[in-house]
Amino acid sequence: MEEIQSLIGGFQVALSWYNLVLMVIGILLGVIIGVLPGLGGANGVAILLPLTCSMPPTSAIIMLSCIYWGALFGGAITSILFNIPGEPWSVATTFDGHPMAQQGRADEALTAAFTSSFVGALFAVILITFLAPLIAKFALQFGPAEFFSVFFLTFASFIGMGKGSPFKVIAAMCLGFALGAVGLDKMTGSLRLTFGHEELLGGFDFLIAVIGLFGIAEILSSVEGGLKFQGAAATIRLDAVLQTWKRLFGLWATSLKSCIIGCWMGITPGGATPASFMSYALAKRFSKNGHNFGKGELEGVVAPETAAHAAGTSALLPMLTLGIPGSPTAAVLLGGLMIWGLQPGPMLFVEQKDFVWGLIASMYLGNLVGLVIVLTCVPLFAAILRVPFSIIAPVILVICAVGAYTVKNNMFDVWMMLAFGLVGYTFNKLGYPIAPLVLAIVLGDKAEESFRQALLGSGGSLAVFWSNWLVGSIMTIGMLLLFWPLIGPVVARLKGSGPRVDAGGGLALASPIPTPGVCAELSPAVAPSPSEAAMPARLRQLRGENAELKRRLAEAIIDADQRVAMTVEELEAENRHLRDRLTFYASQNDRSKPN
Amino acid sequence: MEAAMQRTRTAFAIGLAYGVTILGGLPAAMAQAWEPTRPVNFVIPAGTGGGADQMARFLQGIVTKHSLMKQPLVVVNKGGGAGAEGFLEMKNAKADPHKIVITLSNLFTTPLGTGVPFSWKELTPVAMLALDQFVLWVNAETPYKTAKEYIDAVKAGDDRKFKMGGTGSKQEDQIITVALEKLTAPKKFTYIPYAGGGAVATQLVGKHVDSTVNNPIEAVSQWKAGALRALCLFDAKRSIYTTKVTATQAWSDIPTCKESGVETEYQMLRGIFMGPGATPAQVAFYVDLFKKVMATDDWKKFMEDGAFNQTFMAGDDFTKWVAANDKLHYDLMKEAGFLAAGK
Repeated sequence: MEEIQSLIGGFQVALSWYNLVLMVIGILLGVIIGVLPGLGGANGVAILLPLTCSMPPTSAIIMLSCIYWGALFGGAITSILFNIPGEPWSVATTFDGHPMAQQGRADEALTAAFTSSFVGALFAVILITFLAPLIAKFALQFGPAEFFSVFFLTFASFIGMGKGSPFKVIAAMCLGFALGAVGLDKMTGSLRLTFGHEELLGGFDFLIAVIGLFGIAEILSSVEGGLKFQGAAATIRLDAVLQTWKRLFGLWATSLKSCIIGCWMGITPGGATPASFMSYALAKRFSKNGHNFGKGELEGVVAPETAAHAAGTSALLPMLTLGIPGSPTAAVLLGGLMIWGLQPGPMLFVEQKDFVWGLIASMYLGNLVGLVIVLTCVPLFAAILRVPFSIIAPVILVICAVGAYTVKNNMFDVWMMLAFGLVGYTFNKLGYPIAPLVLAIVLGDKAEESFRQALLGSGGSLAVFWSNWLVGSIMTIGMLLLFWPLIGPVVARLKGSGPRVDAGGGLALASPIPTPGVCAELSPAVAPSPSEAAMPARLRQLRGENAELKRRLAEAIIDADQRVAMTVEELEAENRHLRDRLTFYASQNDRSKPN
Repeated sequence: MEAAMQRTRTAFAIGLAYGVTILGGLPAAMAQAWEPTRPVNFVIPAGTGGGADQMARFLQGIVTKHSLMKQPLVVVNKGGGAGAEGFLEMKNAKADPHKIVITLSNLFTTPLGTGVPFSWKELTPVAMLALDQFVLWVNAETPYKTAKEYIDAVKAGDDRKFKMGGTGSKQEDQIITVALEKLTAPKKFTYIPYAGGGAVATQLVGKHVDSTVNNPIEAVSQWKAGALRALCLFDAKRSIYTTKVTATQAWSDIPTCKESGVETEYQMLRGIFMGPGATPAQVAFYVDLFKKVMATDDWKKFMEDGAFNQTFMAGDDFTKWVAANDKLHYDLMKEAGFLAAGK
């Protein structure tokens, strides 16, 4: 109960008019910073740090952390509206958020994103309030092997749970690893893959890659699609917030899971990026709408946003209690603490009680203020999509270029951004997923570093990855996920469900088209059965034909989805037809179930 | 938008800088009057959160708080390629008085270790702000009470059994480790490089490594909390700070390594440089600026918190010191086999 008393004291510190005004200013600045790609939370906080030098430390950290919350909220806006994630952990938000915006449901997606962020952050703050000292100790258990196992788990969950062909995921990931390896090899201190070019010394910056791969590629695709933005028909419903909240209540289980994943990753300290990706992959696996992920599923926005913010917030805990910054923004905040004469670390909670509890109280208040501000602006943000694409595209392009330039004040980065745009466009065309590429650029070198640190420590023995229960269990789960595309069908068969492939698991190994939901559903017969050779010729021929027809049907359905306008009659007819088919397959499936 | 404006400003300021260079030939009174006419870029050749970054941001804070300069000081991190990115930018900022860089030992180690074409001789030395100390740390739960005991244990143990954690590879921490290996010969440490000093300290608390040579500021909070034990200071003399940091010890209570029978010394430069072709008047402005910074109480507290060796140098003294320190690094790295091909 001591915590509650301290917290009330903290609220007394945070709840002055001066501090409240600073909060609002901080949130607004943060949202603006978050909306501009390239100018993420870390840069924003760094630029505004000197502003706070003349303030009392508690007010200063309240303002800076509010800028941080604001930037986190703001990052979701561009991810959803323009497919441009401003921060690594917003990448997963684009998967379903942007399709929702294209379907004219931007307001829903934004509301869900903001609310989930708030829920995630709130969960983490409550955890910080009550468990701070206990949790801080846990982070100490993390050596190189444990760090690697977390990264490995993230990569594996992407391969095992990803949509589309796992081979394409692996191919995209490998390209990401290669790009991530450019620059200084931190283990040996020598340069690699720079080919004598000074521009490549620092490697490929994640932000440049992301702005190109998502932002520029998106614009290219839209231009090809005939210069009209698909979200143009978005209507603005003022009650969208309430409507969405109703639906969000139904997703409490996903939220809770994501909160736990987020806090675990924030504290351990895997960080917000693996948290968001992992939470997305798991939600997709266990949701009954899993097949619909990637096409505008509300749950696909809730899962990564909740986890990212739970992780982002709980990552402040190791910073406060151990002095290890969990993210670049935390690193800058750490610098701020020093300027105000505070020494982050285990003694902070003892020596600077007012400050710490003021900060924790401001986390509650800042997030609440932030939520109110951004939610009231949802209709405004959604309205951006009503601006004609021919106006908005050049603006996005300019913002992207400015963002890329700002990262290091370097023109070369702008060219790199355009190059990445072409790569992203090609990936889209060929049906290769971009997310694993980005994931590998962001986490690849960190994973490599901890892998090599672990092996240095163990003298080269791989046994170090199974040397204690913590690292061993994470690695084993990772291995299971990695080989899930191979194990999954076997498990399904052992369960006696015949040669069917589980549609929800994203196991469309042989699926020829990149939109897996439909195609996994429609291509069960494509999965080769070992007894195929022994089949009568007629049966084999029919199976082949069946698979081909289903594939073409899937393509036709996808094409139909992309037709812009359908009349009421047309839609009624199509739905009737689809219901018939569904009934047919449902009866087939019932027949093949074991009795 | 800001960035785009900066670019046009750069072009403008280069022209201006040339003007200033010509003016540099005028009487000293006029030359003394030089001051920045636009925001000054403060380049950090390292990532966010490290020692150099903390100091640079602290300097920026003091300059802003006390209004020591009319133009703002803008901090930019250019840490790519072990800082090569930042140094190359300085090298290319010829006669641009609106760009200064804070250095750490990578001023010497990066060109030697990576072969990036750059040398401190291409920059204009401004001032030494302080020397950063190094301390040999072990986990407080280990039995080693003195540096000698620990070194003896390494010597008596299996080869590479003891793990030394440090920041970066072929940089200051590993150089010190190699120097210590002279005393543990024929046994060696397993040196494990990490991304930053904070992570190194945490790894030691979590017992994932056996010892570190963290800077005081990187480990002080863990020391205060009683998780770490300071064995010795890699300086010729003990620290001057006598205020108790932990319950029982002040910085001045840490013996020097030499006292403990481990003869190794190393300190790291925290200094300021300008690009090539800076005029004496411009250098004088920055020397004066940093002298003002050092007169503030904030700075004195910062120095004490981080147990810095407060040595201020400028002009020829500083240049001579840098040249000697460069030679020292060359010798140490050559001996350790850390030199890049062709160096």
